[in-house]
Amino acid sequence: MTDTPMIVSSRWDEPTGHTLDGYRSTGSYTGYAALERALSMSPAELSAEVKGATLLGRGGAGFPAGVKWGFCPPGVWPRYLVVNGDESEPGTYKDRILMERDPHQLIEGCLIAAYAIGCAQVFLYVRGEMAHAQERLAVALNEAYAANLVGKNIMGTDFSVDIVLHWGAGAYIVGEETALIESLEGNRGMPRLKPPFFPAAKGLYMKPTIVNNVETLANLPWLVLNGIEAYTAIGSEASPGTRLVSVSGHVNRPGVFEIPQGTTTYRELFEDDRYCRGIRDGHELKMFIPGGASAPWFFPEQIDLPLEGKVVSGAGSMLGSGAIVVMDETTDAVKACLRIVRFFARESCGKCTPCREGTSWEEKILQRIMDGHGRPSDIDALLDIADNISPGPYPVASHPDAGLEAIPFPPRQTTICPLGPSSVAPITSAIRRFRHEFEAKITKRDLIAVSAGAHS
Amino acid sequence: MSEPPRKPVMTEAIAVTINGKEIEAQKGELLIDAAQRNGTYIPRFCYHPRMTPVGMCRMCLVEVDTGRGPALQPSCMIECAPNMVVDTESDNVRKAQDGVLEFLLINHPLDCPVCDKGGECPLQDQTMAYGPGESRWVEEKRHYTKPIAISETVYLDRERCILCDRCTRFADEVAGDPLIHFMDRGAATQVNTFPGEPFSSYFSGNVVQICPVGALTAKPYRFKARPWDLEQVESTCQGCSVGCRITVESSRDRLLRYNGVDSDPVNWGWLCDKGRFGFEAINSEDRLSGPLVRSGDALVPAHWNDALGAAAAAITSGLSTGGGAGAVAVLGGARLTNESAYAWAKLAKGVIGTDNVDAQLGDGLPADVVLGLPTATIDEVCTPGGVILYLGPDPKEELPVLFLRLKHAVERDGAKLVEVVPARTGLSRWATATVTYPPGEAASVVAALLDGSADLDQAAVAALAGATNVTVVLGRPSLAESAASIVDAAAAIVAARPEARFLSGLRRSNVMGALDAGLAPGMLPGRVRRADAHDHYTSAWGGGLPESDGLDAHGILTAAAEGRIDTLILVGADPISDFPDRALAERGIAGARTVIAIDTFLTESSRRADIVLAAAAFGEVSGTTTNIEGRVSRLAQKVTAPGTARADWAIVIDLAARLGRHLGVSNVEDIAAEMARLAPSWANVTAEFLAASGHEDGVVLPLPVSETVAHSEVPEAEATAEPEPDAAEPDADVVVVEAPRVLPPLVSFVAPTPTTIPSPDAYGFRLVVNRTMYDRGVLLSNSPSSSGLADAATARMNPVDLETLGLVTGAAVKLIAGDRSIVLPSRSDAGVPKGTVVVPHHRSESGPTTLISADHQVCDVRIEVAS
Repeated sequence: MTDTPMIVSSRWDEPTGHTLDGYRSTGSYTGYAALERALSMSPAELSAEVKGATLLGRGGAGFPAGVKWGFCPPGVWPRYLVVNGDESEPGTYKDRILMERDPHQLIEGCLIAAYAIGCAQVFLYVRGEMAHAQERLAVALNEAYAANLVGKNIMGTDFSVDIVLHWGAGAYIVGEETALIESLEGNRGMPRLKPPFFPAAKGLYMKPTIVNNVETLANLPWLVLNGIEAYTAIGSEASPGTRLVSVSGHVNRPGVFEIPQGTTTYRELFEDDRYCRGIRDGHELKMFIPGGASAPWFFPEQIDLPLEGKVVSGAGSMLGSGAIVVMDETTDAVKACLRIVRFFARESCGKCTPCREGTSWEEKILQRIMDGHGRPSDIDALLDIADNISPGPYPVASHPDAGLEAIPFPPRQTTICPLGPSSVAPITSAIRRFRHEFEAKITKRDLIAVSAGAHS
Repeated sequence: MSEPPRKPVMTEAIAVTINGKEIEAQKGELLIDAAQRNGTYIPRFCYHPRMTPVGMCRMCLVEVDTGRGPALQPSCMIECAPNMVVDTESDNVRKAQDGVLEFLLINHPLDCPVCDKGGECPLQDQTMAYGPGESRWVEEKRHYTKPIAISETVYLDRERCILCDRCTRFADEVAGDPLIHFMDRGAATQVNTFPGEPFSSYFSGNVVQICPVGALTAKPYRFKARPWDLEQVESTCQGCSVGCRITVESSRDRLLRYNGVDSDPVNWGWLCDKGRFGFEAINSEDRLSGPLVRSGDALVPAHWNDALGAAAAAITSGLSTGGGAGAVAVLGGARLTNESAYAWAKLAKGVIGTDNVDAQLGDGLPADVVLGLPTATIDEVCTPGGVILYLGPDPKEELPVLFLRLKHAVERDGAKLVEVVPARTGLSRWATATVTYPPGEAASVVAALLDGSADLDQAAVAALAGATNVTVVLGRPSLAESAASIVDAAAAIVAARPEARFLSGLRRSNVMGALDAGLAPGMLPGRVRRADAHDHYTSAWGGGLPESDGLDAHGILTAAAEGRIDTLILVGADPISDFPDRALAERGIAGARTVIAIDTFLTESSRRADIVLAAAAFGEVSGTTTNIEGRVSRLAQKVTAPGTARADWAIVIDLAARLGRHLGVSNVEDIAAEMARLAPSWANVTAEFLAASGHEDGVVLPLPVSETVAHSEVPEAEATAEPEPDAAEPDADVVVVEAPRVLPPLVSFVAPTPTTIPSPDAYGFRLVVNRTMYDRGVLLSNSPSSSGLADAATARMNPVDLETLGLVTGAAVKLIAGDRSIVLPSRSDAGVPKGTVVVPHHRSESGPTTLISADHQVCDVRIEVAS
């Protein structure tokens, strides 16, 4: 499909790619060969390799995995590896496909990481709604246990590790690593405060815990087999390798694509034939969300930016989990804003006051504006409520026509976790750019036509 | 939010700058506490110094700069670090506080005018102090059915709730009853119980007290008063002998509420529900409001003059019947204040001259065991990393707040606790090991555990083997097992671990004070043996003291049943209900020629009395009380007693006068001063000493020598406590008070000859009779909110035993001891060892005390299927 080496998606189109035999015989590398190589190295050498390849975390924050592994306090045991497969950010569906179509790749990635970190217990937390992924993983894990690839004395070495599958119960917030740990412990999924509960020091059962995203770990087999040089040859210097992006919305071909990281621009992604093949016919790009529903919006001015973490943050948004939502001119900015805010209001765990009360208040005001009962004071109220959740200037893209500069990521927060501030992203983005649409609804002068498309 | 800050753990003093002022904090101390200790109060809702911080409400956000620029941080989660710079009043902080308060109020109903919390509400107060003053909210608020009962006593109004997690955290981590929790998500989050499972916690009232809004209210107080109409004084709960500090709150001379006071060495602000709601009984319409005298079959109201005259005449005639002073006996006294107990001891032993006096009703331990063993405070027992040997009743049922302290010590402070009990208790879940013993075998099991010889629970043996400094909680695990077998166990502990120190596990409110005051056979006031202190008190009181040791409750009731007691005085005692051998108690009361009862209610025993004198109750008298540690703390008078009911000490003074002796004291202050002067364990503990700064939590008797010396260096303060000679009554027979130079020695424990315990009968079960928090006791029966909480009694048996009998849970069983029997439903309980049957005391008409004979060391019963 592409001329770029496929690191994680090479078996997606293989009918048997999800089986152990398929994993060994198809795709861009031989399954479990990387594990054998990894086990021939020392854990320190393996960690150095991953660190040297600058394998950036694919869950959202984009933190280098090799560096993260080094945060476990030395000499403290047991330590745990927790795999975050609770992919729930609206618009993100890459991990689901990774788990459904290539479960062994993830299992091998878990084993390599566990060996590098020095843990004997891996917890694979899969979103509750992903029944197919759960089934595929369970079957694959049974195969791997039977083949002595997981369990005691793997491949005849003294390396032993168990992988436990755990299904979520449907809360978005459990995608946040400390909430996931709470949920894994059997508690209500609510985030812990950092400090003091940094998982690498005080994680699962208060033990050192590394939480990695599914896609991050899925990169490991290819990386270990092909080495640092091959890996860093792809993508940009700061963001080597490929990454998966999930594109949805008003493009001709939405889907998950593996793209070279840091070099591909949004324009290429939206317009290239290998990817989305253009905005849907006859329409124009109005705005797009560059990295998941929590990310501040981008507009046509930002379309030539590369999908590169630092560039996108500097431009006022985030690459996040690689979920890109494209909206054309038929989209009602107020309604799009309401849809996203409503999601966060309903998914707020209720633990801290600003998020619990603030997000639902924002939702109620936006709904009231949509219903034609807006008040002139509502816009300022929305912005100030937003400020009480995320104080100070909120990250937002530049608006050259209005002479407004970009405010770089990340936002500040009065909340425990980033969920509350995430709800602010669409509000500040939409009001800064489309204030007239809000005003029009409030004054009822001009109720703009609303598309009945995917985002109504 | 009146909670005091956490006491800092002294680690390393560091400098922290708060609002430009440098303060000293301890490294690792929470910022919110360090600021409060140094005079800067940071507003908060979720933070409670006695619970794990959660940082949820976000009210305590302050700007903290640790070198990387100021950032908003929750001060309840941030530990002080060297050179931290904190601003609690910056524009950013004020904006955040405004924001949080506006958020908290958007869904809050603002029904303050009809809310119990209005006027003492942290949400109101902090909104006034830190809030924006107005809201921009124009949407519809969240609605719920209001309020819903989450237990028999606690109501929850979810509209008012601000979801601070205080109640839910309390239930989970303090009480160990995680029966309330968050449900649903986002703004629809609510606190609730699990479907069909009420919040039945013995500690449920605490959540009402710590709720920062009016979301949780207690049935006994709802709509009874507005906070600004309440007056309050600090006092000490008399619900049991733990001695929790409380506020006693009243309006229009009626008790309306008790709240826990955070006393660091005792209750940490917590109370049990029995104590918290105990004021209802004091307000009961059934309280005795005046004296009663028997006329035929009925007790009829009488004037005090006549009733006291009749009582004095009965005592005088008792003394002249030939039995001598021993023909008069006094039972009870644990309900009294220390001062009243001392007055009774002086009347009984110094005026009447009888040593047949016992404050305990056969359900305690001998005075020399309780007072004579080396003592440990609650804090010493709960020392982090310590080892505790628990030999006593179920602490959750009988000493509930001690249970909370023990649970905390084990769960959070790394203490090890080994229980030696006849059946698993409410604490067993947290105990390091629970060793169950057949009733009667406590001594041999304890001895085996301590020398590690027997094939017993290895965790228990290991915990005790490594311990250099064992503390012991010692009480009576079962009414059906004699005190002697527990005394033997204590002797075994002393023999194996001479350094072990003991905390009393006796439950009656002021039993320690009564024993200390000498209300026990063979004892005189101040923790001294009669034989040692005879001369001391003879010179101090002016003679007439008993010449030999008297009878305990068992002896008194036996003698009375045999007609050897002429006048039996029951001081707040109900032996028919409380003595382990009900039949003997009934015969004793029937056998005494005259029974005089001094009480607050008519009880099973006082109904059969000839003269009933109405006494003032808790909250109606001032004085002091002594808890299980020997800690003396103050009791405050807040309301007036009903009718003509009088303080016990006043009744004693009048009785003495009618017996022709002036007691030498005429008020509580006189008595306290005399105790501080005469009673050795009370040496120098004057009213002034107790009132001095630093003694807010009371003082533990006896004072360490250094404190006694230090105190005696200020003779002026003591001099003011000297009683004024009562010039108004130039009575010829005033008891002479002379301060002796050398005080008699304090009692010490001497191990008695071990008791022989009969072997169990192969077909029999050994009976355990325990007390539960809710029973059919007089006080609970007169507390409308709690009276329905006592379940019907069951006979709890091991599932294997039940199966052997061919029974299932609920089937009626007949327990037979000799010619006596009771019928109860059975209940399967794996926490009861095989061969043992556990029946709660005082929860059914046919109580298990009808089966017990006080003459036997243990009570073996046969169990048959009841037809």
